[in-house]
Amino acid sequence: MEIKNAAVAGTLESSDCMVTVEPAAGGIELELESAVMRQYGDRIREVAMETLDRLDVRNARVSIVDKGALDCTIKARVECAVMRAAEHEGRIGWGGVIR
Amino acid sequence: MSNPDKYRLRRTMMFLNCQKPGLIKDPYIYKPDSVMLDLEDAVAEREKDAARYSLYHALQEIDYRGVERVVRINGLDTDLWREDIRCAVAGGCDSIRIPKTETADDVRTVEYAIAEAEREFGRPVGSVLIMAALESARGVINAMSICDSSERLFGIALSGGDYSRDLQVSISGTGVEFMGARQHMVIAARAAKVQCFDTVWTNLDDMEGFRREVEVIHSMGFDGKSIINPRQIPVVHDIYTPKEKDIVFAEKVVREIETKKAQGIGVFTVDGKMIDIAFYDGARRTIALAKASGVYKGDL
Repeated sequence: MEIKNAAVAGTLESSDCMVTVEPAAGGIELELESAVMRQYGDRIREVAMETLDRLDVRNARVSIVDKGALDCTIKARVECAVMRAAEHEGRIGWGGVIR
Repeated sequence: MSNPDKYRLRRTMMFLNCQKPGLIKDPYIYKPDSVMLDLEDAVAEREKDAARYSLYHALQEIDYRGVERVVRINGLDTDLWREDIRCAVAGGCDSIRIPKTETADDVRTVEYAIAEAEREFGRPVGSVLIMAALESARGVINAMSICDSSERLFGIALSGGDYSRDLQVSISGTGVEFMGARQHMVIAARAAKVQCFDTVWTNLDDMEGFRREVEVIHSMGFDGKSIINPRQIPVVHDIYTPKEKDIVFAEKVVREIETKKAQGIGVFTVDGKMIDIAFYDGARRTIALAKASGVYKGDL
C-alpha cells in the first residue's frame, strides 16, 4: 500500500495511542514514545510492524505516541492512519489485511 | 431458523462509543446484560472510519465474558451502514441495532445485508440478531409491522431524544411525553413475541428520578432499559430481579396449579389470593427471570 499523504489516527487519551504515518523512502522508520516503554516497548513495535506488513506498507515514517493502548487499539490506529494516508476508499478487507 | 439467544436476558444495554478505546476495552466488569457498541451518533463524522477499526479488533480480541455485543450501525439514510454491517459481522458481533427504523422494509433491508455479510465472512446465516430503534412518530405507529418483519428481530427500543423532537415536545422527566409510545410499543412487542426496551435516562445527577422511571417501565412490561453509565446498572437489575417473596409465591402457584389441575380443580386460593390457570405463565416467567438473574435456588 502506497503512503500518499501524512495522516493521523487516535488520540492522547488514556488507553489510546496517536499514530502518524507519512510518506518516506527506503523502508519503515518507526518512532515510539510510551510511558510503559520499558515493559511494553518491544511488544508495541512488534504489533505495529506486523500490522504495517499485513497492509503491505514498505516505505513510511511512522510515529506512535502510546498512552497505554491494548494490542487491539494499536492495530486499529495503525490501520486507520495507513488507510487515511493511502487514501483508501471502498470496501475494507475485514478478516484479510485487517485482522 | 431459530437463534437460542433471541430471548436472552436483556435488562440493561449500555451504550459505548466505539471511538473511545478506554470505554470499549473492559465494560464487562460492570456486568451489564448487553453492551451497545456505537458507530452512530456518539462517533464524530470524521472518525467513523477509526471507530470501525476499533470495533473490529475489540470484537475479535476482547473477551466480553458473556455480555451480549450489540452494534449500533449508522442510519440507512447514510452511505456508512453497509460497511458498518460488514465490519460488525466480520468482527463477530451478536446483534445489530438499526437506528431510526420506520418501516418493516428497513429491517428487511438490513437483514439482507447481514445475510450477505454472514456468507462473506463464513458465519452461519441467521447467527446475527437484529433490534430496531424507533425514533419517530412514524416508526412508533409502525411498531407492529416492524416487530413482525423478521425472524432475526429480537426486540424494539424507544429512542427518546429523536422521538421527542419528532413529536415536537421536550423531555420533561415525568415521562408524560412518552406514555403513548411506550404503551403502544410494549403491546406490539408482546403481540409479536419480541422484547421491548426503554429509552435512556440522561440526567445522571437525578438517580431518584431514574429509579422511578425504571419502576414505571418495569411495571409497564418493558424487558429492559438502555443506559449510559455503569452507575445505572445496579438500579435496573435490582428492580428487575424478582424478590424472594415473589419467587416463593410463584413456586406455590406453579405447584398448586399443576396439582389442582390433576384433581380437576380450576379455581383455588394461594396465600388468600384467587388463582386459576391464567396465573401459570406469569409465575413461570417470574421463576425464569429469577433463574436468569442468578437468584433462583429452587428446583422448578
